[in-house]
This record gives sequence, structure tokens and C-alpha cells, in this order.
Amino acid sequence: MSVVTGNSYLKNLLHGQSQLATSPLEKLNRLRANAVDRVSALRMPNIHDEEWRFTDISPLTKMSFQPIRIASPLQVSDVEHFYLSEAVTRLVFVDGVYAPHLSTQLSDTSEDSSVVVSNLSAATSENLATIEPYLGHHTEFQDNVFAALNTTFLHEGALIIVPRNVSVEMPVHLLFIATQKEVASYPRCLLISGSGSAVTVLEDYVALQEEAYVTNTVAEIVLADNAIVNHIRIQRDSNQAFHIANCAVSLARESRYQSVSVALGARISRYNLNVLLADEGAECTADGLALISNRQLADTHTCIDHTKPHCTSRQLHKCIVDDAAHAVFNGKIMVRPDAQLTDSSQSNRNLLLTSKARVDTKPQLEIFADDVKCAHGATVGQLDNEEIFYLKSRGLSEVTARNLLTYAFGAEIIDRIPIASLKFQLEQTVLERTQRS
Amino acid sequence: MIYQESKTLLEVRGLCATVNGIEILKGINLTVKSGEVHAIMGTNGSGKSTFAKVLAGHTAYEITGGTVVFEGKNLLDLAPEERARAGIFLGFQYPIEIPGVANNQFLRLAYNTAQVQRNKDELDPLEFDDLVREKMKLLKMNPDFLDRSVNEDFSGGEKKRNEILQMALLDPRLAILDETDSGLDIDAVRIVANGINQLAKKDNATILITHYQRMLNYIVPDYVHVMESGRIVKTGGKELALDLESHGYDWVSVEQPATVGT
Ligand SMILES: Nc1ncnc2c1ncn2[C@@H]1O[C@H](COP(=O)(O)OP(=O)(O)OP(=O)(O)O)[C@@H](O)[C@H]1O
Ligand SMILES: [Mg+2]
Repeated sequence: MSVVTGNSYLKNLLHGQSQLATSPLEKLNRLRANAVDRVSALRMPNIHDEEWRFTDISPLTKMSFQPIRIASPLQVSDVEHFYLSEAVTRLVFVDGVYAPHLSTQLSDTSEDSSVVVSNLSAATSENLATIEPYLGHHTEFQDNVFAALNTTFLHEGALIIVPRNVSVEMPVHLLFIATQKEVASYPRCLLISGSGSAVTVLEDYVALQEEAYVTNTVAEIVLADNAIVNHIRIQRDSNQAFHIANCAVSLARESRYQSVSVALGARISRYNLNVLLADEGAECTADGLALISNRQLADTHTCIDHTKPHCTSRQLHKCIVDDAAHAVFNGKIMVRPDAQLTDSSQSNRNLLLTSKARVDTKPQLEIFADDVKCAHGATVGQLDNEEIFYLKSRGLSEVTARNLLTYAFGAEIIDRIPIASLKFQLEQTVLERTQRS
Repeated sequence: MIYQESKTLLEVRGLCATVNGIEILKGINLTVKSGEVHAIMGTNGSGKSTFAKVLAGHTAYEITGGTVVFEGKNLLDLAPEERARAGIFLGFQYPIEIPGVANNQFLRLAYNTAQVQRNKDELDPLEFDDLVREKMKLLKMNPDFLDRSVNEDFSGGEKKRNEILQMALLDPRLAILDETDSGLDIDAVRIVANGINQLAKKDNATILITHYQRMLNYIVPDYVHVMESGRIVKTGGKELALDLESHGYDWVSVEQPATVGT
């Protein structure tokens, strides 16, 4: 039975887990123990599970991955090309291990000293009371084996605490660098933004080698009343890698969460984004771009949950699929009975560049309130012939017209990234990947 | 203007075209010489835009008969971009919106393609910026339109001005302007007409497709053609447009039931 194989595989993944140092946060130790129980009870998902219907992760289960204890000895010169000029505060993790000599913590910069931007293991004991209510609270792992696995290894990652009414001017760069094959890393990010605060956080996954490794990450983002969080997420892992990510966001009254997530790398990637609009007047924007080729698979599952009146959500998710790659989008918008005057729109647009490229899209709208404005839709197709004709009628060649339109399709999302140098970098990436000669 | 001994730019003979098997153009004849301004009028659905798009090379239409010669070349053999480079410009009745493509980038690409064709130097973004702002001033266009996506969320009139801006940049031999006047406010008609008049020279020509005399008050046509069910059924001088305005199209059909044009 598959349950048995699944379990032995999972048990193997837990190897070394028991050697994690006990945390000063008692809750964290309990969470880990719970998660170990859940991992023993669960199995790896397969395509017979509704949530994984289009994403066959069996290639992952054919390999074994272990966390490492000691990071590769990288120098600044090895990684500084990943640095962004706007993001002075930077936490760098190499194969999941915090690398202080590559990082610039907030205390080293001139920003407000009440703000915490630190690696989780170092900052936990000083911030026990602040962390306690939120850590592990927003990520459901009872039925999510990957979130459970991440929780069993919960000890390192990023901790960002922005006190009330503080605006962090510069973006915070969380840089996760993969350097070795067969490594599993389990980063955890916790962002607590106080009422009236504002911060921009970039979660950035990169690789130095084209190797097979697995990144299994969990991010928890909590917004108090009137807080503003810009969350940019760039997944540019190696094309051999597996990237599994869960992100849970919770919004209090009048708060605003704006996110752009871009998937460029990984052999198989899966991003679950759960946004809870927990109080009146909360607003969320969740845009995404998957730009994939060869045999890559990029799966994005989002759930935007309107629970209270007057909340707004906007979502534009785009996929550009080349060669025999495969994109999956499952976007659920939930409007609960209480959520009157919800204003929600969701659009999923997919561009298939070859006849072998594939996309499975499933926008889902579940409305239980009656006075709401909801629009959603999905398109799958090639470039628009009228647009091509318009450009050609101005003398542009077929190839130039197609290149321009394909680029524009992706650039629409990239343009929403509020960090200029990153935007420029990604525009170049989109350009390189979409241009034919 | 009609010049003695000017050469023929465009020669259309017996042009027939279908879309999805439906015959729309049923034998069009038209001769345009350099320096001339032709107006094409006609009822809704008579095939004016189809004719314009067929000349520009739209692939949705199948040519089922006839010939089109442009400056000695068989136009029907050329791809749309080759026609554009040969000097044909179509100002669309309904210019399409292209989200994500910056207007200035698009305009520069188009301009530089034309420059290469003319054996002239391409302009870099800064040089081009100066040029395009100059042209926009003539059309009283706000430079903000440069940073926006091509036609995206432009008003009807703004789209038409953007078409004329493209025409001004490309400086075509034959401009086919499909209802460029529709959607323009009173001042804009004058501004756009002035722009078109300034571009009109001895060695180029203009075909104006219009429903109204308004535009023709500013751009005086040498010939006015009336289209009806895929044919040109009457051709006259500028007075024909005035007659049409007072009598309507029925008057043409009654007077001259099934005549073939020039
Ligand atoms: N793709 C198509 N499929 C079917 N019929 C079409 C198609 N394109 C055009 N037609 C038909 O061809 C005829 C001519 O259309 P066209 O747009 O050329 O008219 P027009 O003279 O420009 O009209 P208007 O004055 O309203 O702009 C119309 O009856 C139109 O419905
Ligand atoms: Mg028309």
C-alpha cells in the first residue's frame, strides 16, 4: 500500500530532526512534536488527491534529501551579485543555514532600532512574548504534509517585527541560496507588522549550482489594523530543484497586503498562498507570474478568504509556458456569509508558446453573501492575432511583434514590483526567456 | 491635389475578397496617383474597412480575385510588415489596445524600422524622445501618453490622435485613414486635419474613409468615391460629398444602380 511507502519515505526525511536543539520558546517545542506526529500519520500526496491532481510530485519521492548543519563557506564575492542596492537590510541563508557574514542586520543600518529583522534562532529568546501568539498559528499543518515537515524542523529562518506606526523605508531582503545537491532546507519566515506600520519584504530563492535539492518553506505574515505589507516573492531555484512553499497571511481591520510572486525556477514548484481577510476594510492584492520552459512544472494554489464586510481583493495571475512545461493555477475566492460588500476580482491569463505546453486552471468562486461584487475569469491561449497585425502594420516583423507581445505579457506583472533594481533584473530575465530569433 | 503627369501610386483592379467564405469585396477598382487625396464614403457595412484592411494585408481576408499594384509592386504578394515598409499606412477605425507594450517603445521600434528602410540612422531612446515630443506638440498630445501602454485606456479621440502620431513618425507614401475623424471633438478634427495636411506632399497620397463632410472641409478631396455592397458605385469631385450630405445614399443607388467606378 502506498501509505506504507509514503511513511517510510517521510520517516527517512525526519532523520536528524530529534537532534535539533530545544528552543527557549516552549510552544515551538510543542509545535515540532505535534508536527512529528502529523508527519507519521500523513503520507506524501499523489495525483489522486484533489489538491494535487495536476501536480505529480513522485519525482521528489524518488530522491532523498537531508538538512545540513554547516553551511558552505561562501564569500561575499560569491553571492553579492544577488544583492540589491535598495535592500540594505539583508538576511542570507545558505542551504537553510543562516550566514551572518553575508548578512546585514537592521541594527547595522540606520533604520529604527525598535524594528526587529533577524534570523529566527538568534532572536527567539528576546522576543518570546511577541512571537508566541503567531508562530505556527496561521499555518495549518494537520493535513498538509509539507507544512508539517517544515514545522518538524522549525528552528531557523527570518523574524521581522515592525512595531506600531513604524514604517521601514528600505525593503528587507531575505535571500535563500542553495549550493548543494540532495539538501533539504526548511526555512520559516515570520513577519509581524504592528498597527499602522509599513514594510516591504522580498523573499528570494536562488541557486549557485544546477543541482537537485528541496526547499520547503513556510511564511507567516500577520498584519494588525492599518498595517501595510508589500511582499515580493521570487523563486529562481535551480531547474533540478523542488520548491514547496506555504504562505499564510492574516489581515486585521483596514490593513493592506500587496504581493507579487514570480516563479522562474525549479523542476517542480508548488506555492500555496492563503490570505485571510479577517476584519473589515482589509485589502489584498495577490499577483503572480510563472515563466517556465522545458519540462518545468509550476503550481500556484491560492485561497483568498473574505470573512468580514467591505474587504477588497485583487488577483492577476499569469503563466507563460514554453516547450513541454506545465503550469497549474488553482485560485479560490471565498466570500463568507458575513462578508457583505466584498469587492473581489480574479483573473488568470495563460500564454502557451508551443503546442506541447500545458496549463490546468481552476478559478473557484464560493459566495455565501448576497451583496457582493465578484468578477473572475481565466483565459488560455496564444498571442492575439489582432495585436500581431497591428504591430506588423507598423512595419514590425512577425518575430519582433511576437517577442514584444510575449514580453509585455510577463512584464505586466513584473512592473508591479516596487523595487526598481529587482524589476530591472527580472525584466531582463523575461526578455531573455521570451525572445525568439 | 491633382498634378499633371504625377505617377500612379496605387492601382486596384477587380479586387474581390471574402471572410469566412462570405464575399465582402466584389470587384473594386481604384486608381490613386501621387499627390492626390481620395475620400471613400458609403453606408455602414459596405466594405470600406475591409478594403482598408485588405490593402494593409490583414490575414483574416482571403483575396479571391483582382490585382493590387503599389508603386509597380504586386502588393498582394507582400506580408503586412513589408507593405508598411513599402510605405502603406493604415489608420485603424478601431485601434487595438496592447496592454504591457509601452507606447514610446512601440513608436520607436516602428520608427527605427522605417529608418532602416530609408537607409537612415536609427534613433536611440533619448534622440527619439526629442523627436516624438516635437510631433506630439503638433498634434497637441500630452507627452504622458508615451509612458502608457499602446492605446490602453485611451479615449476614442486619443486613440485616433495616436494613430496620426504614428503616421507622422512613419511618413508613409500612401495613408489610408479609416474614420480617423470619428470620435474626435471639434478642435481635434481641426488639429488632426492640419497634421494630415502638413504631411501631404507631391509624392504621397491619402485615402480618407469618412462618413462626414466635417473632415473634408479641412482636407479637400480630389475625388470622392461611394462604396456600396463591396463596390465603388460612384466617383465624383469634392461636390459629391456635399450632395451625399444633403441627399443621403439612396440618392446614389437610385441614380446609378450598378455602375462600376473609375
Ligand atoms: N470577420 C467577419 N466575419 C463576418 N462578416 C464580416 C467580418 N468582417 C466584416 N464582415 C462584414 O463585412 C461587411 C463589411 O464590413 P466593414 O467593416 O468593411 O464595413 P464598413 O464599410 O467599414 O462599415 P462602417 O461604416 O460601419 O465602418 C459587414 O457586413 C461586416 O459585417
Ligand atoms: Mg468601417
